[in-house]
Formats: sequence, structure tokens, C-alpha cells
Amino acid sequence: MPDPDNPAAPIFDFKDGDSIPLPPPKPFQSTLRYPSNRKTIYDRNLNRTQTAPTSLPSFAYVFNAIITYIHTKSGSVAEIENRLNRAGYPIGIKLLDLLLYRQLPRSPQRPTRILDLLQFIHGTLWRSLFNRPADALEQSTTKKNEYMIVDNEPVVNTYISVPKDMSQLNCAAFVAGIIEGLCDAAGFAMEGVSAHSAGETDEMWPGKTIFLLRFGEGTVEREEAMKAG
Amino acid sequence: MSYYFTIIGTKDNPLFELEFGTSKVGGDGIARFRDEARYMNQFIVHAALDIVEEVQWGTKEQYLRRVDTFQNNHVHCFLTGGNMKFMLLMNPDPSNTTYSAYQTSPPSRPSTGRQSTILLAANPTSQQTEDAVRQFMAEVYEAWIKCLMNPFYLINQPVRSPIFRGRVSAAAKKYL
Repeated sequence: MPDPDNPAAPIFDFKDGDSIPLPPPKPFQSTLRYPSNRKTIYDRNLNRTQTAPTSLPSFAYVFNAIITYIHTKSGSVAEIENRLNRAGYPIGIKLLDLLLYRQLPRSPQRPTRILDLLQFIHGTLWRSLFNRPADALEQSTTKKNEYMIVDNEPVVNTYISVPKDMSQLNCAAFVAGIIEGLCDAAGFAMEGVSAHSAGETDEMWPGKTIFLLRFGEGTVEREEAMKAG
Repeated sequence: MSYYFTIIGTKDNPLFELEFGTSKVGGDGIARFRDEARYMNQFIVHAALDIVEEVQWGTKEQYLRRVDTFQNNHVHCFLTGGNMKFMLLMNPDPSNTTYSAYQTSPPSRPSTGRQSTILLAANPTSQQTEDAVRQFMAEVYEAWIKCLMNPFYLINQPVRSPIFRGRVSAAAKKYL
């Protein structure tokens, strides 16, 4: 029925099962903002220049802020370590691909065996984080899924002295989190990676820290199967 | 030659999808998949993931070469360190691929002269194709790491950056 006031208005007639036409979709508008020099992250080079290492004091300052924050939020030593571990975890996931890319020669090799992975952590990861390889790599004599990486003097603990009532705490749990993220990303499911102080009886290295890597059951099974061929 | 490229996360979840055609030998860079092929491509690539998981522990290489074929679709795979799978499906002649009742359909190997010249130019099994795909994957891998380095990007999130899409398209234009 035409509108008496406005005869030009369109008439909608629903008796044929027609529906009201939808308005045309709005054109896609990107909300992406470009930095002022028009260079996005995709324009930057992935290879680091050796001459520009990260400053240790600025790292210590940021790490200090993280620990202070976590300390106020947690009730126990175990919880602090757990939170530090979780802070490092995503770093490890992302570092794996970056380190593989930076590796020479240009055809990167994925670590597929436990020993390859451990050597990758002991050498490549440590060198990129701390500019030197880790001090020792050991296998547990009692449990076959446990491996230990020893650092005599962890850089992250340089400016940290742990109070007596929290003597169990080792802030290198952050590094343990990085290791755990890296192993998980590489397809080696972990039961967990933890950092333990072992310097009380050591005259030479009072800050000695052992990173204990516990591989998951499935990972060990796969390793055995690959060993058998 | 038409291509379907997708990135699969660690939980077999798709993170990125792109369709494109060849830009070599007079190609216009537009995929010629029929509507039916759009979802069949996803099925075929998903089926190929099983094979990827079989071969991934047997080699240290990141580029796993051609892992699967179905009709005349060929699936190539590249595995990142973090077990993200870059899957590239290629089909030399999508208009001639039959998906339904494929057991009884004649083999999709082209018989006419016109089609065999297309195949000679872009043969999915040739060494040149392998090399081109390898270079394409290496370029996407670089863009992928840059995407990963973004602190606001969490693992297994879909990639929505138009610049990343642009980088992948540019690599496709360059090599495929």
C-alpha cells in the first residue's frame, strides 16, 4: 500500500517471502597504525649486530621490577618460582625460531633428538643469552628422563641476594622457564624445568645453579623408538 | 597453476590462509579454484597433517618437500622450529579436478596437448618447483619470525596483519 504522505517511498511486500535487503557491508578499514618513520616490524633486520649487546644494568633493573612485582603478589617461595617460570616461558617459545634462523649455515636444523636439543640449549641458547656456553651438561644417574645443565654464575642472579627466610628461592627460575618454553615449542613435552642452588658447599662458585630438565613420558618413549630405528 | 597456502598452529588450528595463482609464464596471479575446491582444499591439507607428523621426526630439515598428493593436488610442507606448519597446496588444473566419486573418475593426468604444455611449464614434481617452493617458504619464514617477535602476538593466534599478507603475496609473486 503506497504511503499517502510520501508516494515515492519504496513499498516492501513480504508476501513472496522476500526479506528486507541488508545494507551493503562496510568496506574493511584497517586499524593498523604505522610508526612515524613508516617502518613496521616487517622492515627490520632479524640479524643482530655483534657490537650492540644489551646493557646488563638495564636488564637488572627490569628483572628487579619483575621480581618485586611477583613477590608482592605471591604467598610462597614455590609460587614466586612458578610465576618467574611462567614469565620466561613465552620468551623460550619465540627464541627457538629466532635462534634457528640466526644459525649458520643458512639451512637451519631442527633439533629432533634429546641430545641435539640439550646441546642447542647448552651452546646456542646460552651463547645468545649470556655470551658463553653453559658450564656443564649432565645426565641423571638414577632417572633416565632427567638431565642437568649447570651454570656456575648465572648472569640473572648477579645483583640479587636472597633473604635468609627465602633461602630456597633461586631467581634463575626465569631462565628455567625460557628453557621449558623452548623445549615445549620444539616438540619435546616437558614435565618441568626447575632451577636449584648448589653453591652452599662450593668454595669457588657460591652462586652455582643447576637447571633440572625433566622430560615427559611421551618424549622419552619417542626417543627410545628412534634409537631403536 | 593455482595455489592455496595456509599456516597451521601447534593445535592443528589454522592461523593464516591465502589463495593465489602463478605469476610465471603469463599467469595473472589469480587462483582458479572452483567453489567446491575451496573447502576441499582445507580437507586435503588437513589430511596431509598426519603425514607431516609421521615424517617430521625422521629429518632435521625444516623443508619437508612434497608430503602428500590427492587427485592432482600436491601438498608441500615447511616446518618451523616451533612446529608451526606452512602448508602449500598446488593444483595445475583446478577446473579439471574431480572431488566427488573420485574412485570411478578417470585419472586426472591430462591427455590433451594444450594441457601438457601447461604442465611442462609448471610441473609440481620437478626439481625447479621444489626449489621455488623452498625459496618461497624461506621468505615466508622470515616474515613469520618477525611476526612472532611482536610481543603482542601470542602463540597460536591467527595472523591478521595486512603487511604479513602482503609479504606472503610478494614472495608468491616472486617465486611461484
